[in-house]
Amino acid sequence: MRKYLKTADSDWFNQRLTGIMYCVVAAFAVLVVRLFYLQIIEGREYRRLSENNSIRLQSVDAPRGLIYDREGRLLVDNRPAFDLNIILKDAKPVDQTLAKLAGYMHMPVEELTPNITRRGSVSSYKPVLLKQDIGRNALAAIEVHKFDLPGIVMMIKPRRHYIYENSAAHLIGYMGEINNEELDCGDYQGCRVGDYIGKFGVERSYENVFRGQRGGRQVEVNVTGQVVRVLKTVMAKPGNNVFLTIDNNLQQATEKLLQGRAGAAIAMDPKTGEILAMVSSPSFDQNMFVSGMSHENWESLVTNPYRPLENKAIQAEYPPASTYKVIVAMAGLEEGVIDSETTFTCPGYLRLGNRVFRCWRRGGHGTVNVVRALAESCDVFFYNVGRELGVDTLARYALGCGLARPTGIGLANEGKGLIPTTDWKLQRFGEPWQGGETLPVAIGQGYDLTTPIQMLVVTAAVANDGLMHRPQLLKKIESAQGEVVERGRTDVSGRLPVSQATLAIVKRGLWEVVNSEGGTARGARLAKIAISGKTGTAQVVGRKEGAEETPEDEVKEHFKPHAWFIAYAPAEDPQIAVTVIVEHGEHGSSAAAPIAREMIRTYLMNKNDPRQVATVKDSDSDG
Amino acid sequence: MFDRRLVQYFDWGLLGLIVLIGSIGMIALFSAVTAGVATPQKMLYTKQLIWFGVGLTGMIAAFLFSYKTLERWAHAIYFICIALLAAVLLFGTFGGGSRRWLILGPVSIQPSEIVKLAVIIVLARYYSKITTTRGLSLRDLIQPVILTLIPFALIVKQPDLGTAMLLLLIVGSMTVFVKIERRSMAYIILSGTIAVPLVWFFLKGYQKRRILTFLDPERDPLGAGYHIIQSKIAIGSGMLTGKGFLKGTQNALAFLPEQHTDFIFSVLAEEWGFAGVLVVLLIFLLLIVWGLKIAHGCRDTFGTILAVGITAMIFWQVFINIGMVMGLMPVVGVPLPFISYGGSSVVTMMISVGVLMGISMRRFMFE
Repeated sequence: MRKYLKTADSDWFNQRLTGIMYCVVAAFAVLVVRLFYLQIIEGREYRRLSENNSIRLQSVDAPRGLIYDREGRLLVDNRPAFDLNIILKDAKPVDQTLAKLAGYMHMPVEELTPNITRRGSVSSYKPVLLKQDIGRNALAAIEVHKFDLPGIVMMIKPRRHYIYENSAAHLIGYMGEINNEELDCGDYQGCRVGDYIGKFGVERSYENVFRGQRGGRQVEVNVTGQVVRVLKTVMAKPGNNVFLTIDNNLQQATEKLLQGRAGAAIAMDPKTGEILAMVSSPSFDQNMFVSGMSHENWESLVTNPYRPLENKAIQAEYPPASTYKVIVAMAGLEEGVIDSETTFTCPGYLRLGNRVFRCWRRGGHGTVNVVRALAESCDVFFYNVGRELGVDTLARYALGCGLARPTGIGLANEGKGLIPTTDWKLQRFGEPWQGGETLPVAIGQGYDLTTPIQMLVVTAAVANDGLMHRPQLLKKIESAQGEVVERGRTDVSGRLPVSQATLAIVKRGLWEVVNSEGGTARGARLAKIAISGKTGTAQVVGRKEGAEETPEDEVKEHFKPHAWFIAYAPAEDPQIAVTVIVEHGEHGSSAAAPIAREMIRTYLMNKNDPRQVATVKDSDSDG
Repeated sequence: MFDRRLVQYFDWGLLGLIVLIGSIGMIALFSAVTAGVATPQKMLYTKQLIWFGVGLTGMIAAFLFSYKTLERWAHAIYFICIALLAAVLLFGTFGGGSRRWLILGPVSIQPSEIVKLAVIIVLARYYSKITTTRGLSLRDLIQPVILTLIPFALIVKQPDLGTAMLLLLIVGSMTVFVKIERRSMAYIILSGTIAVPLVWFFLKGYQKRRILTFLDPERDPLGAGYHIIQSKIAIGSGMLTGKGFLKGTQNALAFLPEQHTDFIFSVLAEEWGFAGVLVVLLIFLLLIVWGLKIAHGCRDTFGTILAVGITAMIFWQVFINIGMVMGLMPVVGVPLPFISYGGSSVVTMMISVGVLMGISMRRFMFE
């Protein structure tokens, strides 16, 4: 057959265009038939449904994930709360309905109306909140008179319930209404105006874990707004449950120990970085945040001088005081400035040029080596070490220990503290570093600032042969059905910049702090458990270098120094590391160390055999 | 120099149709942005008028230049549009779960609208050079497939499944119009039947769910499914004669979603009833037939295919949009030509009609 290609001419095109024409007409016929069906055949039914805009959506909130401690003890759950809403279009006449409602609830009408007048522009088919979280009595009264109250709808919402009031409030955090910036930022998918989201603590950090997926129902309502038929339902998907690393027993015990004082106490498993307890005092009741807090309550929280809303364990920055000597000792030993035998003589002060730097013990410590200097917290010894090291070398070691940056615990607003260097001072003040400034820095005063969690990480790393862990709060995440979704990971964040030999010397010193004659925390020792630790007393008001310390009885409460204690135990095989700071507690040895001791005892008691616990308790003479 | 016949042959009928549809669109929009809405968005009405003005300029420009110019510039236009689409993915603003808009000074444009026209022009050029009565072979189809898949992929990435599908339908219509070889057609159908289940098998769970919801809005009773129910109530409740101008109740109070853009037909149907929308449908049908008539009257292959492509675009948008709001089609963001609010859509449509007018005016040239 001869192959030929005929160019497409207009006749050929016209033939094809006719075909297309038929297709188009057929398609339009389909549209017309559908229109006829909707508007003529089903028209009456659709008109009826449109009259009252009867098909509506009701949203069903997803239950938020629960919070447990490491042993699976429930800390936070949800309770059903009943919110009273009005749909203005259905509640005709509105005034009369509201008056009746107020009567049944035994409250003045004025208490119910503010939202209505305020939100005049809102679609009158959307429920307007009248009163949230109404009590059972009001609920019963309204349910009985339901048919007398058109347009009044009750919405059940799961609300947060913090089982232990005031407990672990800073760690667990609280929730609040989502604001406009949060809505716009895109981090909160599926949230809308009026939703509550985690604003602080774990509630905030794990917001996307806790939040489930909202469900809803398509319903048909009658003239008074009552649901006649549920057309379709999409089940809400509950959020995932979070198991924290904290031990609720230890947490509760620690809170009791800190009661009435301002400060923080944290415990960690040095081998994993898991936080066992985190207390910041004073605390607050998270349940106050659940249904919107009253203005007075908020004011009193915000203006309280002891800053109850701050998580002091991670946010507050304090001079590390003598606890910092652990780092200075390590730096001195590593740099060869001192060895375990090097001694300095402490007459109670050090003279540098024409300035005098005092040791905390007026009479002096005599001649001490590094172990004794740690045990007795001799300032003069560390003045000498610091002076020989210089501020920049000191800073290098401090940074190597993880100071001056957040530990990465995964809670918002973590403080980072400050470790001064010569460059820093030049930039900050435009002045060069003065040699004399190194001395207070070497005893953790001056510009030095650390958060309690930073010192805990250092303490735990010393206990753990130099291996540093990122503090960890998450044990695991489980789905509502109990399947493990994610497990907390042990995260090594680095290694202390020191040798094992250096560590052994420092550990010896820390052991002597508690367990030797003349150790500053001798009062904190336990009979059966060897605790190692370091006290600290952080000056609050700038003690003038070389100036006489003000006699204690004259010191006003808020000028008293902060009391530190860092510790780990048992000394030979550390299972817990602890940091305690008591604001204005005066001495680490008297205010902070006993708290640390009790925390250690509580934790190890629970962990070990109960019979052994009993013996520990009995034989503890100096408790 | 200037041919008097250009004026003589000016397509007043087409202009009349556009004025008519545009007016209906403005009436519907007025109702959608004012009736019963707590905060009337009168701004949108003014903006739409301005867009019609811009579109009119585009239309005049389009018919003043001979469409032969388009043939010469086809590839340049195409690549500029592709660049705009790529820019959307890089710098576009995010809204409603997808990235569709480019902000240029005071206006935001949606390049996926104008890209449809660019693809029509570039394909019309290609087909006009190779078309024979025997139809296209598979090898002939390689180039059109590539030219389509590039913008298609970029639009899917936004993601805007509706516009992407629309693009395929337009290209498909043009290709079927210039005819595919019988054997090639068989191959295409065969490989399609094999490929679809295969692709489905490799999709992830959420992708499957998204496609299923796209095809069947009932699966999403709180989102698309609810919108369709409300839209059906709005349309159905219009009955024979409608509730009257500005008397719609579904339109009011945001019961209809996007009542001024994708769901504007529901507003028309509620207020003007079966009688009213029948008129609207008839005008659209007339417009499409008019477009085909222009293709018919054109003696130039490029012009004919171009006219068919533009008409196909108008047809598919009308059919999909109206089918969607009546629950016959997936819920996709395809605007109703000349009626839905939206600058990019209006301007693209006006320019397209301008091109049609240009073809119509020059029908004498090849006699």
